[in-house]
Amino acid sequence: MNFYAIRAIYFHEMDRMRRTLFQSVLSPVLSTSLYFIVFGSVIGGMIPQIEGVSYGSFIVPGLLMLTLLTQSISNSSFGIFFPKFTGSIYEVLAAPISSLEIIIGFVGASATKSLIVGVIILITATFFVELEIQYPLLMLFLLVLTCLTFSLFGFLIGLLSENFEQLQVVPLIIVTPLVFLGGSLYTVEMLPEFWQNVTYFNPVLYLVNGMRWSFYGASDINIWVSVISLVAFLSICVAGVAIAITKGYGTKE
Amino acid sequence: MQNVVSVKNLSKTYGNQFQALNNVNLDIKQNEIFALLGPNGAGKTTLISIICGIVTPSIGTVEVGNYDIIKDYRKTRSQIGLVPQELTLEQFEIVYNNVSYTRGLYGKPPNPQHIEKILKDLSLWDKKDSKINELSGGMKRRVLIAKALSHEPSVLFLDEPSAGVDVELRKDMWEVIKNLRNKGVTIILTTHYIEEAEAIADRVAVINKGEMIVVDETSNLIKSLGQKTLTIDLHEKIEALPETLNNYKLTIVNDGLSIDYQYDTQSKQTGITSLLQDMKEAGLKLKDLNTEQSSLEKIFVELVKEK
Repeated sequence: MNFYAIRAIYFHEMDRMRRTLFQSVLSPVLSTSLYFIVFGSVIGGMIPQIEGVSYGSFIVPGLLMLTLLTQSISNSSFGIFFPKFTGSIYEVLAAPISSLEIIIGFVGASATKSLIVGVIILITATFFVELEIQYPLLMLFLLVLTCLTFSLFGFLIGLLSENFEQLQVVPLIIVTPLVFLGGSLYTVEMLPEFWQNVTYFNPVLYLVNGMRWSFYGASDINIWVSVISLVAFLSICVAGVAIAITKGYGTKE
Repeated sequence: MQNVVSVKNLSKTYGNQFQALNNVNLDIKQNEIFALLGPNGAGKTTLISIICGIVTPSIGTVEVGNYDIIKDYRKTRSQIGLVPQELTLEQFEIVYNNVSYTRGLYGKPPNPQHIEKILKDLSLWDKKDSKINELSGGMKRRVLIAKALSHEPSVLFLDEPSAGVDVELRKDMWEVIKNLRNKGVTIILTTHYIEEAEAIADRVAVINKGEMIVVDETSNLIKSLGQKTLTIDLHEKIEALPETLNNYKLTIVNDGLSIDYQYDTQSKQTGITSLLQDMKEAGLKLKDLNTEQSSLEKIFVELVKEK
């Protein structure tokens, strides 16, 4: 194992976060705070309690997931795409590093960044709404697992993207709608039956509900189904990245 | 002398069916400066990229320090430093951090003294805290060299080190390269500038359309393939050559005040004696004689044209 290389990539990526502090940390925190103000405090005040909690508190796990997903994907897709774009990827490819070490470095840094943003958002949330976490360890576990899974997913997107447009397409066209329609801001029961059935095909539903269960001990989906589906998606991402990088897709000719 | 790099029957065909290398064989000896010459698209960068592990070979094997570049990639790559052709650097990073990053990638523990020494050797020390996008092109090139040397490699590849570098800096770079060689580093460079190969390389290979045309010591190549030019200065201007001299390959230069004669140093008879005799008989008065060895450039153009 080339630990120095993993460390070098990890801190090189974390350094990028420090250089772009506004974009990487402040902007997601600001936008989530706006959600809390508008949906939590202003509109939320007019909505009756859902599953025993106020609407403002109800949306916290969903908003947290929304941010984790988009941040993880953008961090890691950008992290690997940027050196491809500037050409400086050559030194990663020419260095005595295995594919696994490259992935640990890039994905580890991306997941760490998302985790930091996630924790800051949780702290921010306490300023706007009442927050209790019934199963903090489970919450932390889901938090880490989500950051890792979607950092891997983003890494795959960055690896396969050939230009900036492709880099943006998946997060914008697929991930954002899935998150909004995945029960982040409402329970599935609020939907007509047909749309309820459609929603069950949305993988994000399982993530959001898993997170919500760890907060309030109640959700639309059984917690085990949530955890298993997250692990399943993690495995798919690991396999995808492993194949892509060993075959050299997007990096090696 | 021991071979540091050994390339055997190497071919590379890219996904678009373009064959960049065709059955290349090459041995590079320890501690030499080796120049790879060839026109654009000849396969120089592909060859280097394969040895460094950036491009996968289609057929053939490459060994660095007797280790296979694919099976023992950690051992081969940790010996190699690579200076790429393009100025591929992260624009917003600090010089010192960027050079240290490369050392880490190659699995070496941090060594601030070594990084300081390299940056000083390359006159970059006062720029160590600058962002890379604040540097001039020549400085960026030196940052790339510093990165390639950060992990103390024993083999250094320089892909077109002089591209876009002014004359003064180029000479500085040659000094750096020679110093590295004196410290025991083997250096392989690709270049368009024949002058560069002529000035610093011990051996030269000419590659064209993916095939190795010739590999030889620089001086041998110049000697064996060399043409010489004899310039004869005349006392009086001439308008045309006397008919008796039509059998010689002559050109009138310098507004009719000189005549150039091309001859092959390797041929049995250079024809100089009879030419001078015939000139005397034709009544031409000689003022001065001067001979010049043809440069590697001319040889190179000849070789590439023949193919």
